[in-house]
Amino acid sequence: MALLNIFSKKKRTGTKPRGRIRPPYLGFFCLGLFFLSVIFADVIAPYDPQEGDLFNTTIPPVWQEEGSLAHILGTDMLGRDVLSRIIHGSRMSLLISVGCILFYGSIGVTLGLVSGFRGGRTDMVIMRLADLWLSLPAIIVLFMLASVHGPSGKTIILTFGIMGWPNYARIVRGECLGLKQRDFVRLARVAGCSKLRIMFSHILPNIVNTIIIMATIEIGFIIVMTATMSFLGLGTQPPSCDWGLMLAEGRQYITYASWLVTFPGIAIVITVLGFNLTGDWLREVLDPKQKLR
Amino acid sequence: MGYSGMQTNGDNLLELQDVKTSFFTKQGEVRAVDGVSFAIGKGEVVGLVGESGCGKSITSLSIMRLVPQPAGKIISGRILFKNEDLMQKSEDQMRQLRGDRISMILQDPMVAMNQLLTVGQQLGEPFRFHDKVKGSLRKMCINLLRKVKVPAPERRVDDYPFQFSGGMSQRALIAMGIANNPDLLIADEPTTALDVTIAAQVLKLMKEIQKDTRSSIILITHDLATVAQICTRVLVMYAGRIVEQASIKTFYKNPAHPYSKGLIHSVPVLGRPVDRLFSIDGQPPSLFDMPEGCRFSPRCTRAEKRCFKHYPPETMLEDNHSVACWLYAGD
Repeated sequence: MALLNIFSKKKRTGTKPRGRIRPPYLGFFCLGLFFLSVIFADVIAPYDPQEGDLFNTTIPPVWQEEGSLAHILGTDMLGRDVLSRIIHGSRMSLLISVGCILFYGSIGVTLGLVSGFRGGRTDMVIMRLADLWLSLPAIIVLFMLASVHGPSGKTIILTFGIMGWPNYARIVRGECLGLKQRDFVRLARVAGCSKLRIMFSHILPNIVNTIIIMATIEIGFIIVMTATMSFLGLGTQPPSCDWGLMLAEGRQYITYASWLVTFPGIAIVITVLGFNLTGDWLREVLDPKQKLR
Repeated sequence: MGYSGMQTNGDNLLELQDVKTSFFTKQGEVRAVDGVSFAIGKGEVVGLVGESGCGKSITSLSIMRLVPQPAGKIISGRILFKNEDLMQKSEDQMRQLRGDRISMILQDPMVAMNQLLTVGQQLGEPFRFHDKVKGSLRKMCINLLRKVKVPAPERRVDDYPFQFSGGMSQRALIAMGIANNPDLLIADEPTTALDVTIAAQVLKLMKEIQKDTRSSIILITHDLATVAQICTRVLVMYAGRIVEQASIKTFYKNPAHPYSKGLIHSVPVLGRPVDRLFSIDGQPPSLFDMPEGCRFSPRCTRAEKRCFKHYPPETMLEDNHSVACWLYAGD
């Protein structure tokens, strides 16, 4: 229900009158491109992203002298089509980032709810744990997990899942502290609700907005982090196509085949920009009073 | 009729014995409820009156064992419900009682409901938590709404609270309160947030429901007119203590405590024009700094020396009429 309000500006009852917030069309466009390539990767991509053609290695993009229309963004050192790899790579990015968000979001939201609602000693323990957690560098944990589990997309999801919850927990706790004082919580208790039910069916729906906003903002961050991990060789492994991995592979040829790093980089920028712009807009629209971070 | 003494009586549904509830703040202890004793009989409708901040709401929350944590705490006293001490019950046992045997109607209907759940979803909660669902929960909710005279309940049950008007929200809250036919219903200023005509309808409805279910009701209010309409007995609270208990007739004809007299005196009477309504001089005492002796003494026109030193004992005047005032205590 809350989500429907995004589009019906008339019904919104804000405390102060504000001008209409202009939707970020650029952000929508970027996200549109991204999701288009995620959904229709098999249809759009001109070649199999894994299949190399050793007779046609490092062909430059079409607008350069030796470029050909057959490979619009050129090919890499194994003769794989860059465009196809980028398009298929979007799937990996989305899979990993959504996996991360779901994983640590659910941990963070649960802990935040418990912390905020129970208060007292429970709250203190969880929040100090969160402080402690934030002081751990994620990359060290990733190294550790990668050496135990072997580097893969799953390892990245696991790492972020373990490392990412404190942010969520803090925000959710803050919201929960305010909400638990509200009359409807008291009414629920008067009706004999258990604390668990109050937390999950009365308080949680009231913070869904915040959670969604958080998620859109964090997704951009995670995509960059995933690319970084793959670049370092700790994430997805060849031959699967991941933008960070493409950057890492193209790095050695940067002097004479710059398109190998340029285009995956642009893909990352577009996606992150899209998520961030949309996330900012959602924040403005869904929750004008709220200040996140 | 209930018995308003200190002794345990088998007929009493609820009995409070010297209940003290405090809030511990950085500025010090706030004694919101400071030694309250009273009893409610089965099927009795009792008004608990007093001005804002005198501890009415905290008294009722103490009965529910829902005093805001962690600042608030019931320090001492016994709360007997059906001769069982609620203070000894675990949180789990209390939850079994809440919404089932003891229920409460909250003050402001517009904010008391969760705006993100439909009215039906919330109405169904008392049934669901107490395993009282027989057949369709939705039908039970519709019947409940019909009972409190919400028009078109079949449609209204799927509405969200913000689609309800104030009076209708209050009806829905009452419906939720009476869902399981509780033995005790605490109504915390159920009509304060409503305008006069709607308030009258809601009171009438409560009266009818009481007749129907034979529940005992504690009506918390600062409106003496409301009390006169549905209560059989009145408890007057001042600064965390009960100062007078009387049947409704005695209270209006013959109030004993100077504070009660002031209250009655300040109500305008139809057809008797006055320039200015009577008001009691002074302010209620700060809860941080209670006067020694009678709490009302600084404002009382008939205060004597001992009023400032010692708190007066409860004195029985006649049947069911007791007052805590030195004027009646003798020597």
